[in-house]
Amino acid sequence: MAIELHPLQQFTIDRIIPLHIGGIDASYTNSALLMTIAVVLVTALLVLGTRGAALVPSRWQSIAEMSYEFIAGMIEQNVGKEGMAYFPFVFTLFMFVLFGNLLGLVPYSFTYTSHIIVTFALAATVFIGVTLIGIIRHGWHFLSLFVPHGVPKVLLLLLVPIELLSYCIRPFTLSIRLFANMLAGHTMLAIFGGFVAALGLLGIVPLGVDVLLIFLELLVAVLQAYVFTILTCLYLADAIKLH
Amino acid sequence: MDLQSAKMIGAGLACIALVGAGIGIGNVFSALINALARNPAAQVTPFAFLGFALAEATGLFGLAIAFLILFVF
Repeated sequence: MAIELHPLQQFTIDRIIPLHIGGIDASYTNSALLMTIAVVLVTALLVLGTRGAALVPSRWQSIAEMSYEFIAGMIEQNVGKEGMAYFPFVFTLFMFVLFGNLLGLVPYSFTYTSHIIVTFALAATVFIGVTLIGIIRHGWHFLSLFVPHGVPKVLLLLLVPIELLSYCIRPFTLSIRLFANMLAGHTMLAIFGGFVAALGLLGIVPLGVDVLLIFLELLVAVLQAYVFTILTCLYLADAIKLH
Repeated sequence: MDLQSAKMIGAGLACIALVGAGIGIGNVFSALINALARNPAAQVTPFAFLGFALAEATGLFGLAIAFLILFVF
């Protein structure tokens, strides 16, 4: 029995409004559409949620407040009071990634976080920003980030390049982690979805697997947004405190 | 051996990375259960999930390589 499977078809980018500016393809794609929806939803949640702010919060208001307190607590715990200056950026990053992951779980929608270029752009922004913050705050002293404390001088010859390397691959690990999680999860869902159609009546088994996988994917969607944000916080803490 | 079959074998080999991820995830949660059984008040669950996500990601790097082999080259 030949099973027609196209598990990677869901990641194709379609041009909704073709647009070319001087040889650059700047079309409005389904990826851009989902990003727009995510931004509108986040804005609506936060603006409408806090409009009729009351002492006893309504449901929407408590969601908005909880997400605010979650990120504020995360920054304060990991970076400290100084880190609160970067709260708007970290909060925006968290909400953007979280809504991207969650909207991707809606059937027939599109997951923009499953594209390496999107996650890499986010991770590169974090990396360049954090490095600049470190250099501006500490000047040349920033380089002491790569020198571990209390290590014999001879070992430093080995350890400093390793530290430097592990610092430089941060944007790659940060972006690949999010992208690979989303890609693998959605591909797995699609593969089991293909089995449902192919097996006929027995297809109820992969259908059950798919239902369970959706729960796992919900967990992963929230978890990966959390991990992306908390690693950003840890990198920020490195740059601000230098160990 | 032609290129197509070599690709398939390569992709299969890349999935061996999932062994490490499985061991890692098992380790993380066994440590979490240990910690919570000894001291139910311990505030370690967020760290456990961070560790889970990091361990899972290493396996997915292998999976990403498998996809690269199959669909890109």
